[in-house]
Amino acid sequence: MCRSIQMLLTGLKIFMNDSTNNVQINSLNNEEVQGKGISTMAEMAAKGEAPEILFWVGCAGSFDERAQKITRDICKILQYVGINFAVLGTEESCTGDPAKRAGNEFLFQMQAISNIQILDGYKIKKIVTGCPHCFNTIKNEYPGLGGNYEVIHHSQLIQQLIDDGKLKAEGGESFKGKKITFHDPCYLGRGNGVYEAPRKALEILDAELVEMKRCKSNGLCCGAGGAQMFKEPEKGFKDVNIERIEEALSINPDIIAAGCPFCMTMLSDGIKNFEKENEVLVLDIAEITVRANGL
Amino acid sequence: MTDQIIFLLIILAAVFYFTVNVKKIIRNINLGLPLNRSDKPLQRFMVMLKVAFGQTKMVKRPIAAILHFFVYVGFVIINLEVLEIIIDGLFGTHRIFASPLGGLYNFLIGSFEILAALVLLGVIAFYARRNYLKLKRFSGVEMGKWPKADADYILIIETVLMIAFLTMNAADYRLQQIGSPHYINAGVFPISGFISPLLPSSESILIIIERSAWWFHIIGILAFLNYLPYSKHFHIILAFPNTYYSNLEPKGEFTDMASVTNEVKAMLDTAYTPQPVAEGNRFGAKDVTDLTWKSLMEAYTCTECGRCTSVCPANITGKLLSPRKIMMDTRDRMEEIGRNLDKHGKGFKDEKSLLHDYISKEEIWACTTCNACTEACPINIDPLNIIVELRRYSVMEESKASASLNNMFANIENNGAPWKYSPADRFNWAKD
Repeated sequence: MCRSIQMLLTGLKIFMNDSTNNVQINSLNNEEVQGKGISTMAEMAAKGEAPEILFWVGCAGSFDERAQKITRDICKILQYVGINFAVLGTEESCTGDPAKRAGNEFLFQMQAISNIQILDGYKIKKIVTGCPHCFNTIKNEYPGLGGNYEVIHHSQLIQQLIDDGKLKAEGGESFKGKKITFHDPCYLGRGNGVYEAPRKALEILDAELVEMKRCKSNGLCCGAGGAQMFKEPEKGFKDVNIERIEEALSINPDIIAAGCPFCMTMLSDGIKNFEKENEVLVLDIAEITVRANGL
Repeated sequence: MTDQIIFLLIILAAVFYFTVNVKKIIRNINLGLPLNRSDKPLQRFMVMLKVAFGQTKMVKRPIAAILHFFVYVGFVIINLEVLEIIIDGLFGTHRIFASPLGGLYNFLIGSFEILAALVLLGVIAFYARRNYLKLKRFSGVEMGKWPKADADYILIIETVLMIAFLTMNAADYRLQQIGSPHYINAGVFPISGFISPLLPSSESILIIIERSAWWFHIIGILAFLNYLPYSKHFHIILAFPNTYYSNLEPKGEFTDMASVTNEVKAMLDTAYTPQPVAEGNRFGAKDVTDLTWKSLMEAYTCTECGRCTSVCPANITGKLLSPRKIMMDTRDRMEEIGRNLDKHGKGFKDEKSLLHDYISKEEIWACTTCNACTEACPINIDPLNIIVELRRYSVMEESKASASLNNMFANIENNGAPWKYSPADRFNWAKD
């Protein structure tokens, strides 16, 4: 591990020396970008532009096939309402959340400090994340290390857009008569007290919203938090996601709404375990919004 | 006169013994690392008012909340009566507050009686929930012989105290009716009025009953006071400071380790001067002395209600982890260290530690850090913080993370993602 830290440090030092000159760094990344009209910060900075908001995609949103779909849908929403946004592209790196929850504070701080360098290098002020873990980490744990940004989760962005009348549920798929239940992500709900924003995106649908018994501040974890996503569970008689899916299935929903890529994985696996994938959909709030608006 | 001297001696002994034990608890709590929780006094006071006095977090379980409210209000208010009992005991008076308070006194005594009946109702229901209904929440690996007995003792003592209180009033009421000298007409007795007809009518026997109940009641209260430092029931005192010193940050935010920041920044910049940090001599916690004083105070505050464990996803699905056990182990270990200090003097160290000897690795790694436990705790205890500190020690000092976690760490270090993907592919999602 020491060697890797050294390597990371060398990289960081190079970066820090460069950080006074954004254009120079940007040129390194220019070739990789381009796709669906999504700009990277490097491109924007090269043109001397600044986005309204940075979309922090996160590792799951970048690499996990299922979560990539959600990432693209968040972009669709941003583009639809005409928000000028950018992503970091290949300059983005793990926030350090799983390392911190697993007790590796060194690795967390290495990641955090290098991310803060990049964010500050681009003078980022406002960030929307596609993941409650990234959201929590950047919002709450980066300020202590000198990184101060206004951070929102994509459900809060959707809520704001609905409140401002910029986003409705029109022109797309109808959810009329569909039974939808929302699974609260721990790091959005209990972790940061955000319970209403994701529900707002569901309330504008003509659907039947039902709550599981354990919801909001009493919500049951999907089982992925605290770095559990990256390890085998300890011995027990059941997996946490099975416990959660049993509860969800007991209210016979058509759709289980999620707001976190890790929850998405755990809930989808749970649904598959009961062979209900053809009857019950697990969809992110962003996906539901995109469907309802036919984006 | 002898009565008054005996009474005074009993009070002095009780207060002395209680003070000695409380000092030990304070000393044990101060074994913890420093932590600043004296900022924002107004906000802290409001949290205490809401959570401890107002019991707002109890209501998540309404039946327990109502029963607990009876016992809580009953004990707080009936203790006003104790003030009168102490003055009467010291000066040989009887119902000293009766004449200055007049009608208000009658109202107070009447309300105390009703409250005493509600306390009785509450504690009997609590006893039944534990011993006959056998609620799942009150069992578990950590609920061994002592914790179960402790809970029962508390409920039995409270029952006996309330019966003594009502018997005392019943005999007093009867003596007032008889017109016995010394027993002035004072108070209304809505509950003990039903008991008094059952008592014998002989004045001398009534006086014996009244005096015995009086002595039994006050000695019982003093004995109960001295039982508190040994018991989970200490929460009736610590719930208030514990909520005052609550964590005011969002639950998702974990503490930053200034000692690590120093090292990381020093590595990045050789000219960096490390900031002085008030942390222990190791990363994370191996023993209770590596935890902050707040975690240790929480261990003494925990009343083992098990709301945390009953909502813990790991515990619900059969894993070894129980947040309540984390708190109880912390307290047990702290008490052990305290006993060692008493026995062997300052600086004594045994070979044991909180991690491994009390809490196993299997327990700490089952946690999903979901904060259900901290949300559930009616007095803002934070078992998650202890779990994370133990993980930090295990990972950063012992290098004992599991192979899969080490893989995750290596991936973050090398690829900037917890999975083995090339950082160059990070933007590929936009290309499809």
